[in-house]
Amino acid sequence: MQVPNTARLMNISRRFLCLIVLLPALSCSDPEANNIITIKGSTTVLPVAQIGAEVFMDRHPGADISVQGGGSGVGIASLIDGTTQIATSSRKIKKEETAKAKAAGVHPFETIVAMDGIAVAVNPSNSMDRLTTPQIRDIYTGKVSNWKEIGGDDREIVVISRDTSSGTFEAFEKLALDGQKVRPDALVTASNQVVNMTVAQTPGAIGYLGYGYLSDRVRAASVDGVRCSEETIRSGRYPLARPLYIYTNGRPTGEVERFIDFLLSEEGQRLVKEQGFISARERSL
Amino acid sequence: MRHFKETLYKWIFTILAFASLLFLVGIILTLFRESYPLLVRHDFFDIVFGRFWYPTYDPPEFGMFPLIAASFVVTFGAMAVCVPIGVGTALFLHELASAPQRAVMKPVIEILAGIPSIVYGFFGMIIVAPFIQNLLGIPTGLNAFTASLVLGIMATPTVASLAEDAVSFVPSSFREASLALGANQWQTLTRVVVPAAGSGISTAIILGIGRAVGETMTVLMVAGGAAAIPGSVFDPVRPMTATIAAEMGEAVMGSAHFHALFAIGLILFLITLVVNIFAEIISRRFRLKLGLGR
Repeated sequence: MQVPNTARLMNISRRFLCLIVLLPALSCSDPEANNIITIKGSTTVLPVAQIGAEVFMDRHPGADISVQGGGSGVGIASLIDGTTQIATSSRKIKKEETAKAKAAGVHPFETIVAMDGIAVAVNPSNSMDRLTTPQIRDIYTGKVSNWKEIGGDDREIVVISRDTSSGTFEAFEKLALDGQKVRPDALVTASNQVVNMTVAQTPGAIGYLGYGYLSDRVRAASVDGVRCSEETIRSGRYPLARPLYIYTNGRPTGEVERFIDFLLSEEGQRLVKEQGFISARERSL
Repeated sequence: MRHFKETLYKWIFTILAFASLLFLVGIILTLFRESYPLLVRHDFFDIVFGRFWYPTYDPPEFGMFPLIAASFVVTFGAMAVCVPIGVGTALFLHELASAPQRAVMKPVIEILAGIPSIVYGFFGMIIVAPFIQNLLGIPTGLNAFTASLVLGIMATPTVASLAEDAVSFVPSSFREASLALGANQWQTLTRVVVPAAGSGISTAIILGIGRAVGETMTVLMVAGGAAAIPGSVFDPVRPMTATIAAEMGEAVMGSAHFHALFAIGLILFLITLVVNIFAEIISRRFRLKLGLGR
């Protein structure tokens, strides 16, 4: 264990030196030069990419992987302008992005690394833990604004959403809202963790978040009679489930291919599960 | 040789001094260039006074009025908190505090100024918001009121230390003359010191406004983030800065949404520019009044 760790440290310090000393000399930042792989994109996929990269670097001492968040849009934009080899995304690449990529001579190649279920969370004190997709839609579009209107206590519903450009929002919008607009006075939070915390703190709240971010401080509602669980997400019975993607320029080759193969291997998919997502592999089996 | 060195130093410092001017020009040009594509496609008044912010829908709506209104509500709320505390602190420090009190208070205020804004954000989100929610029995504590409160605490050190400077610029001859005429300390404070330092204190307040308008992290975490025109101070709001911070990461580069975020940045920049110009005009007048020159 000692040897790869040292190698990693050296790699890291070498990169820092590069940054400081050779910043103007762009030759150093050429990612092909010393096997540096950069991964950029969705914050939902970030924990998977992070732990995957750490374990992969332990196994392959020569490899050097840098993982960054920024969001699905940033990841794909970086793939297009060539500043990252791997873009992670919690949504499918958009048509306009594909067009931009083509124009820049980049051919996005899609790989599904995991399945993500979007849990609808309510405060543990709330007895309304069985919802239907139409009810969720009515709550989020503002048709229903008090829990008593759908059979709960007389309490104002505090609707918690995500910023309209986050991947989680886009998936939720497509899966649950049918493209309808979220009421403008919904609270907008910047991350899954904040949704979790706000729902836990607010008795009347409803929020949605990646299955991997569910904590026991909130209660996941069943949707259309299907409990939100690993099995139902993988089987596709749970209505609010989506795949998580990795995009590369063309079919992955070399070190990038080895890394993606590792993520899709049994060991890689075990890491996916440890991060609270659902293995993409067992789905196809 | 010596002459050469002198010239060299002169040039080095000239270049350094002009660097910040260069950055400013670069930032302004970028803001205009990146928001231009949106401004040509949509009517300016529809953008500034539009009531709905749905940037990612088809067709998108870029009504920034809720965001601008939120920035104003939160900023004025913050002023209501930080002006009394900040100016009061300044007057206390300068007129009433004993030397040991001052020795403790001044560093404490400076430490308060040095706390990163994200720490204020955490504090507001985890402690202040639930507290206010339970205290007032409102649906959520993440609203304009809480954001104003936290932002006000944040801007207090700025106002306090600048106001303290202003008060300390009042020549002691003013104070001595007043006391010699038989005025007591309170009369001297309210009728001589505060009027003399008035425009300096105004500058402090205006710069405090600038600080509050531009603050991002705290409002992103505490204001709730609802892009609706606030009906009361207890409604969740989404100031301009929070919108940029929350959405820039996921906006498709070069899209209308991307340009709209730059347009928000441009409006924000123009607001802070006006605020700073006012501060400069008032502070110049203040210095002239006290005979300090420029």
